[in-house]
Amino acid sequence: MNINNGSRDSVFGVRKDNNKKQSQGEIIKVSGPLVIAKGIPNARMYDMVRVSDLNLIGEIIGLKADTASIQVYEETSGIGPGEPVESTNAPLSVELGPGLLKSIFDGIQRPLDVIREKTGDYIARGLSLPGIDRKKKWEFKPILKEGDEVEEGDIIGEVQETPVITHKIMVPLGVKGKIKKISSGEYAVEETVTEISTENGNENLKMLSKWPVRTKRQYKRKLAPDEPLITGQRVVDFLFPLTKGGTACLPGPFGSGKTILQHQLAKWSDAQIIVYIGCGERGNEMTSVLMEFPELIDPYTKQPLINRTVLIANTSNMPVAAREASIYTGITIAEYFRDMGYNVAVMADSTSRWAEAVREISGRLEEMPGEEGYPAYLSSRLAEFYERAGKVQCLGKNKRFGSLSVIGSVSPPGGDFADPVVQSTLKVVKVFWGLEGKLAYERHFPAINWLTSYSLYLDNLEEYYTKEFGKDWEEIKKECMRILQEEANLQEIVRLVGVETLSGKDRLILYTASSIRDDFLHQNAFDDIDTYTTLKKQYLMVKTILYLHHKMSDAIEEGISIEKLLTLKAKDDITGMKRIPNEEDLPASTQSKQAGNKFLDIQKKIDREIENLKTEDRKQKTEKK
Amino acid sequence: MAKEYLTLREISGPLVLIEDISGVKYDELIELTTASGDKRRGKVLEVSSDKALVQLFESSSGIDIAKSRVKFLGKGIELGVSLDILGKVFNGLGEPLDGSAQIIPEKYLDINGSPINPIARDYPNEFIQTGISAIDGLNTLVRGQKLPILSGSGLPHSQLAAQIVRQAQILGKKEKSARPDVPSEQAGGFAIVFGAIGITFEEVDFFIKNFQEGAAMERTVLFINQADDPVIERIAVPRTALTAAEFLAFEHDMHVLVILTDMTNYCEALRQVSAARKEVPGRRGYPGYMYTDLASIYERAGRIKGKKGSITQVPILTMPEDDKTHPIPDLTGYITEGQIILSRDLHRKGIYPPIDVMPSLSRLKDRGIGKGKTREDHSDLFNQLFSAYAKGKQAQELSVIMGQESLSELDKIYFDFAVTFEKEYVQQDKLQARTIEETLQLGWKLLAKLPKEELKRIRPEFIEKYLSR
Repeated sequence: MNINNGSRDSVFGVRKDNNKKQSQGEIIKVSGPLVIAKGIPNARMYDMVRVSDLNLIGEIIGLKADTASIQVYEETSGIGPGEPVESTNAPLSVELGPGLLKSIFDGIQRPLDVIREKTGDYIARGLSLPGIDRKKKWEFKPILKEGDEVEEGDIIGEVQETPVITHKIMVPLGVKGKIKKISSGEYAVEETVTEISTENGNENLKMLSKWPVRTKRQYKRKLAPDEPLITGQRVVDFLFPLTKGGTACLPGPFGSGKTILQHQLAKWSDAQIIVYIGCGERGNEMTSVLMEFPELIDPYTKQPLINRTVLIANTSNMPVAAREASIYTGITIAEYFRDMGYNVAVMADSTSRWAEAVREISGRLEEMPGEEGYPAYLSSRLAEFYERAGKVQCLGKNKRFGSLSVIGSVSPPGGDFADPVVQSTLKVVKVFWGLEGKLAYERHFPAINWLTSYSLYLDNLEEYYTKEFGKDWEEIKKECMRILQEEANLQEIVRLVGVETLSGKDRLILYTASSIRDDFLHQNAFDDIDTYTTLKKQYLMVKTILYLHHKMSDAIEEGISIEKLLTLKAKDDITGMKRIPNEEDLPASTQSKQAGNKFLDIQKKIDREIENLKTEDRKQKTEKK
Repeated sequence: MAKEYLTLREISGPLVLIEDISGVKYDELIELTTASGDKRRGKVLEVSSDKALVQLFESSSGIDIAKSRVKFLGKGIELGVSLDILGKVFNGLGEPLDGSAQIIPEKYLDINGSPINPIARDYPNEFIQTGISAIDGLNTLVRGQKLPILSGSGLPHSQLAAQIVRQAQILGKKEKSARPDVPSEQAGGFAIVFGAIGITFEEVDFFIKNFQEGAAMERTVLFINQADDPVIERIAVPRTALTAAEFLAFEHDMHVLVILTDMTNYCEALRQVSAARKEVPGRRGYPGYMYTDLASIYERAGRIKGKKGSITQVPILTMPEDDKTHPIPDLTGYITEGQIILSRDLHRKGIYPPIDVMPSLSRLKDRGIGKGKTREDHSDLFNQLFSAYAKGKQAQELSVIMGQESLSELDKIYFDFAVTFEKEYVQQDKLQARTIEETLQLGWKLLAKLPKEELKRIRPEFIEKYLSR
């Protein structure tokens, strides 16, 4: 036998005789992540099983007479027929309770930091680890008192999980009664914090609960989303806004900046909780999140971003079946926080890798393939996932609302949006941010195409913007879109006959459109100030660009040539607007005189310069006469 | 344990079906002995109670059903490693090739490796100076990155890779290894692991000569599968190469540069196995799991916290018909941290290296450049260069349709900028190594030809400081 003290557990050569127990079935076939076993007692669909002598974690995804098809969440090298399979008699579930925030989990909620402590730099197999630390004590503060009537969803107490998030402890589903005993103090998650006397006797409430990932969590009712998810990304907030409780997808070819945009949204959006799912993507990208988030400061809470973040990392080289599970693990954790009454946002990067995992398992099951080899149920699975988003009234007597927004990136082959994953996604999501390779090559980031992208939430949000900024917001937005659209038309003409033939007004459109693109839509994620822009500043930026546009337009009507107008120095100030700091006090609705003044200064400069041009023009004309 | 089976039932391409087996494990290595005593190796692709489907790494010619014997070895494919592998030449399965003496392994490592725990990764942020402006200035390579060269047949990707190998260096510091048992000349040093996947003798020869000339041969490990070697062995080459790289990097503190060429041949071998298994094909007949398979290779680049060494991967692949949306470059681009794309147009214009900077990208550059790494103005500068070059290209397109006269003054300036940019910035000699200072200065020199108000992407203080007119 060779020595193998390398990174990988060597199990080859372990050939045990059958010594399986009554409760165990037996493997009859192994093909990559798919294992077929027979004779598992009480096998039920989607129950978790332990596979082989290594105790690998798997899930039953098909049953046929006595045999079960199992997708295994770990690498299956070295396991073979004859080895035991045992059912846990429970579906794949996540653990919920204090200790979720600041964690980084793999696709089936095993904490990666604990894995590293146990097995070193590489991920070993067969580890069974609880998602939540059992030993850590949390300070529990009761909200209700003994004798209070409670029902499912009621908040009985709180734990300050991180400096910014109070974890609400809720009465679980199906429990109704009177609080018999409740007291503050330090508790571990498995200790009883409250006793409730119900019709069926006493119920001991712990902070830890479990929920099967493939089932959505309950709420009272769903509502139409009516508030924007403010992201600080100008092209998103101003042109194609997402709502709290909305769904968005961002498809694009490689190199178009999907992940950077997802990171930006995770960093700066005003959701209270972020669940970031790295699903089949690069290891270094997760590392970058892990390094940045503890250091970056959230503009809303002035606390490190990690304090409100849960990370799920199942990178591309980690087992494919766990990748399939990762988005369900993530969204279930997100729903749990939503039920506390928080605004939660889930970033799934990338749903294409999830779909590929589904396809791979489907292929091994020898199911009839649909489009591009994807199974026929791909779109219903996607729809199920995105439908877990929404704004809801949570369970419980006190009327509280929570929201869950889902942003999924899609990586279509060759950047072709005809891809089945893109098309199935577009059927269910309401916001489409189409990323374009061409824009990315020109280093126009975020590379969201402003002509093809859309948001179906504009009507829902009109009221919000009118309240915050007046009717103006909608109007300047429409004007921007009109100018950008006209630019596209004009460019076709320019391509045929050249720019010289255009009228002054048309050339002004070209200038203003390029200014909207370069000075407003283009945003540098790596610049300290530019990385995030408040709504107020966005509004002022656009106002200023359009102010110049109108003034120039008037001047052209008065006979001043476009060439002269294009020499205005104020143009440089408009370019410099990105570097004007955001206001100190958030949210955006509050007034800040200092920042406002800088934009006013630019407008004054525009007035002055145009006035000078006009005087000059008049002088020349009188001289000619 | 060394039970031999004579129960072959079917041979089809690289696949062999063996019956009446017991105790066989998934992914296990097998040894097949033909009637004439030849030995072939393979691995178990699928196993059920009494049948095993085996994929051979070598050709199936000469194997007969009746007399061939199969032995299951009770382990995966392993590579014997020790520091003596440096300077040696191996085949795809890690067996020494002619002229290379057998090494005495210090240990055996499974070539499939294990996924690095994302939490154990250290973010790559050390700038590697390749001396090539189009890379250093615009698509910066950093230690621990995986940056493929997407090329086409007939383009000088080999020359470019050889130039990177020759010139690559880290600025500033020299590191010493903490390990006393490592000879000082290897301590914290660099090493090159070269995996040749189905390329011709001439290409292999070109690289070996290059390594020898650069006196880097004793720091190089080669895994060679030539065009006429067994196709299926190609599936093992990147894995053996990376296993050697991991050993050198994470157990002997070396900075390893891994060159894999040509990944297109690897993917074709993968497709061949998939077709033989009659799997449902994905795009263009490539298997649906190719993304995952490629990821298990590319993701083996990186750095690990607390370890001194690093693995930087530069895979080379030739895009069929120069098509970037072909599944091989497409899936590669989705996994790697950027890409260097070579352009046939530039090559025809006689520009070397013909790097098409617009679609090329280094995703990790932002952490590898700037103050303390290269220079404070680097980031703004390359954004501006990109944007100006893009405008220049647009102007060139316009002039094709309407003639140069119809361009506006500004367009003409950009037109000229794009021409000089290609000739002076992208173009350089195969033996020329530009320092990062020279590259940055060159950028500013080109930008000086543009009107100052066009420099929208550069902070005014940098314009003040670096723009010399």
